Order: sequence, then structure tokens, then C-alpha cells
Amino acid sequence: MTRRILDHPVLGKIENNNYVSFIFNNKVYKGLENESLAAALLSHGIRTLRYHEDSGSPRGFYCNIGHCYECRVSVNGQSGIRACVTPIKEGMIVESNGPLQPLNKEDRRLENG
Amino acid sequence: MDNAIIIGSGPAGLTAAVTCAENGIEVIVIDEYMLAGGRLLGQLYQEPNGSWWNGIKESTELYKKAVDLGVKFHLNTAVNNIEKSNSLWVIYTEKGEFCTSNLLLATGAAESPIPVPGWTLPGVMSVGAAQVMTNVHRVKPGERGVIIGVNVLSAAIAMELQLAGVEVACLTLPKMNPITEDAGHPRKVLNSLLHVSHMAPSPFVRYGSKLMKNEFMKKLGVTFYPKKGVKMWNIPIQLRKAVIEICGENEVEGVKIATISTEGEVVPGSEEYIQVDFVCIAGGLYPLAELAAVAGCPFYLIEELGGYVPLHNERMESSLEGLYVAGNITGIEGAKVAAAQGRTAGLSIAHRSGVKGLESSIRDSIEMTQQIRNSAHIQFHPEVEVGRKKVLKQWEAYQANKRREVI
Repeated sequence: MTRRILDHPVLGKIENNNYVSFIFNNKVYKGLENESLAAALLSHGIRTLRYHEDSGSPRGFYCNIGHCYECRVSVNGQSGIRACVTPIKEGMIVESNGPLQPLNKEDRRLENG
Repeated sequence: MDNAIIIGSGPAGLTAAVTCAENGIEVIVIDEYMLAGGRLLGQLYQEPNGSWWNGIKESTELYKKAVDLGVKFHLNTAVNNIEKSNSLWVIYTEKGEFCTSNLLLATGAAESPIPVPGWTLPGVMSVGAAQVMTNVHRVKPGERGVIIGVNVLSAAIAMELQLAGVEVACLTLPKMNPITEDAGHPRKVLNSLLHVSHMAPSPFVRYGSKLMKNEFMKKLGVTFYPKKGVKMWNIPIQLRKAVIEICGENEVEGVKIATISTEGEVVPGSEEYIQVDFVCIAGGLYPLAELAAVAGCPFYLIEELGGYVPLHNERMESSLEGLYVAGNITGIEGAKVAAAQGRTAGLSIAHRSGVKGLESSIRDSIEMTQQIRNSAHIQFHPEVEVGRKKVLKQWEAYQANKRREVI
């Protein structure tokens, strides 16, 4: 079921009708060209954009205007891209990043110290 | 003729760009978002005369006007740093460097988060995020949500969500802790709400605001505040309830809400569970001023303006040669005030660039900003005028000090 607000009592109907295909975690989705990746995924009910580097807990967009970096994903192989300020294009390959390789105990002590 | 660079394409930046271009100055506007308009894009509310203020329409018109006047836009371009080099401002972006003798920072505002247990779950978002999804991208943030934080912005956005067919179960306070002290305290929140009550269609709230002008009545107001809350646009506003936890396995599934005392303390055993699929956190806005800080502007903490603001005068000049500020970077106010400040900044830039005969226009524009402020429908802080005066006083003190140093 789409979560798009196709008709709005004040703003009217959505004019953009130019759907493109993109890949998110190996699955093909459609979105409106140039809308944000976060919006395109949300329209399919997808809220989890990545898993925390350390704890592995799921994360989604928070501020939606580029400040908080909670929505970072990999786009065409480049990591750390903010889904909320990245317009989708035909054929884009998007991936969630998961937990990083755990550090060994000694490194971790250094990091926390 | 000189050129100007404007960082931020919200109401202040766009209006400044148009004003500069009308005075024959070459303008470049840089913004990290994919659309011009900034926070103006999401705005949607009914004016007292019944007409709708449509942020997308306003943004598009301003953007088109700027483009027609020859303004160049670099959207989707984040600025990483700015510095002064050989009397020019150098702007470092992820798409290369720019330089100019006149730089305007119109970076706007950001939202303060409120820490609540469970707030990292997907489906928890800032209230502004829900606004942008709903009004700009036209995607529902969820089917049914709760808004944590009762203030002008969250009340306005609750109405916008409802307009788009998204159910808002209620607006509540956050559970009080050292960080949420003001946002979690019923009486303090009620105090700030009295200033927006004229927007409310509910006679309870409207009538109440006249009754509650003194401290004693405010206290009574919270004590007698109906446990079920009062309704604004049919949405319950709960000043005596707080969200104590956001729940869900992999994303938001519900929230735990408890009754709180007039001092914000949770009443034991009053917890209940409400099913929702999204949660908005509304911690209020603060000026987004990092670039002014890296440039070396002096800063002052002015609560009435929403936080730390870079020193500036009424002509929108910072204390640094060739650096200007306009819009919410100078204090949290509405889009119309931001646009008026943008016009003043544009005129000041044109004046410095050698355009003759602008003195009276600059004075008029400053006067106009004041008028727009006084007639604003929504005031983010009731004492914004006091805050503005504080900045001007600091400016005078700073300039006097500088003159003494020269002597």
C-alpha cells in the first residue's frame, strides 16, 4: 500500500508522475525522480535505513533536512550518504550499512580512554 | 560590479538574492537541500483572513523570480568551511571553492532534540521531519502518531498532519529530566502556550488565556487542566501527561504515557500504552550558526532569540567586514520576518558594493521588518522584541570598545 498523499485538501494532487527504479538492499523499488531517498523508501513503508555501527540496532531518518546524519546509507558504493538530502535517480544502488568489525579489546580500551 | 554569495535558500536567502540581483549584483546561492525554499517549503497554515499560506508556492515563486533575475543556484551542495583570505571570503563546498567580497549567511534554524527512552527506533523523527515528509514529499510519516513537546511549532504541524489525513493521537510533554526541564514542566509550557492561544478555535483555550494572565491563575490553570486534555483542531493537547518510553522491536509500535503532577513528576501507577506507528519529537528551534562561528563572529546567548546568535546590527551586518547574516541565524522568528531581514541584507550588500542612493531604502526596510514582526500571526518567543534590543545593545558596546582600542 502506498503511503503517498496523492490528493491533499489544500495542496491538491501530486503533479510529478515520473517514476524511476532503484535498488535498496538487493530489491527493486520505484520512486519519483528527484524526491529524496528517505521519502521514496518511506512511501514503501521502509523506515529502517541502516544498523548502528556498534550495537547493530536499527536506525531511520530523524531530522529529514541533513543535520543529524542518522539516515546515512551507501549509494553506488559510496558510504555515508544522507538519504534525506539525496535525490533518487534511475538505477541507483542503495545499501544499508551494518555493524563494523568489532575492535579487539586492547583497541577498544584505547578508544574509550 | 561586485558579486555576492548567499548560503541558504530559505525566505531570507532568496529575498536577499532577489534584492541584490535587482540592484545589478551578480549572485550565487548555495544550499545543501535539493529544493530552494528552506523551512518555508513545509509551511502551510490559514491566515486570519482565511486564505492559506502555502510554503511551497511561496518558495517556488521566490525561486523563479531569482532565476529570472539571473541568480545562479548550487543546490545539493553542502558548505564545509568559510574563511577570509586576502580580503575575500572563500567558501569551501563539497563541489569546489567559491570566493566573494560579500557573503551572506542565511542558514536558518535547526531543531533541538529531546532525549526520550527508545528515541533511536526507526519511526521516531523531529516534528519538522514529519512536516517535510507530509507537505513537501507528500509521503505520510505514518498512520497514527504522538507528538512529544507542546509548543507553537508542534501545534501548527499537528494541524498540518491532520489536514493530510494522518492521525495525531495527542500532543504530550516529555518526561521531565535535567535536559527537558522547561519542556517537561506543565506550568512553564502553559505559560508559553498562552501566547498562541489566539490561534486555537477552542473557546476553553481562548477564554482561558485571558483568565490566566497572572501567576496564581496559571497555577490553577494547570491544576484544573482537564485530565483528558483540551482539544485544538480536534487533537488532544495533554499538559498533564508525558511520554515515558517509546516502544517497539525494530521500529515504533507504541508509547507508554503517564499522568504527571503540576510540577512534572510522574504519578506512579498511571502508565498506559498507546498504539502508534510514529513519534514526533518537538524540542523547539535554535539558530543554525556554525558557519558564523568558524568565520570568527562574536556570539551572545539570547534566550528570547532561541540560543546563541552571531553579533549583528539592524542592517544585517556582522562585525566582520563583508559578512552579513539574515533570517533565523539571527534569532527564531517566522518566514515573513526572515524575508524582510533578507531584503535589508540585500540592500546593505548593494550599498557596500557602491550602488548609490540606498540609504532611505535601507531605513525603510528596517522599519518594515519591525512592522512585520509586530503583526506576526505566530510568535516563537513572546519576548522576541526584548531579545532584538539585547543584540543591538551588544553591538553598540562592541563598536564602542573597538573605537577605544583604535584610540
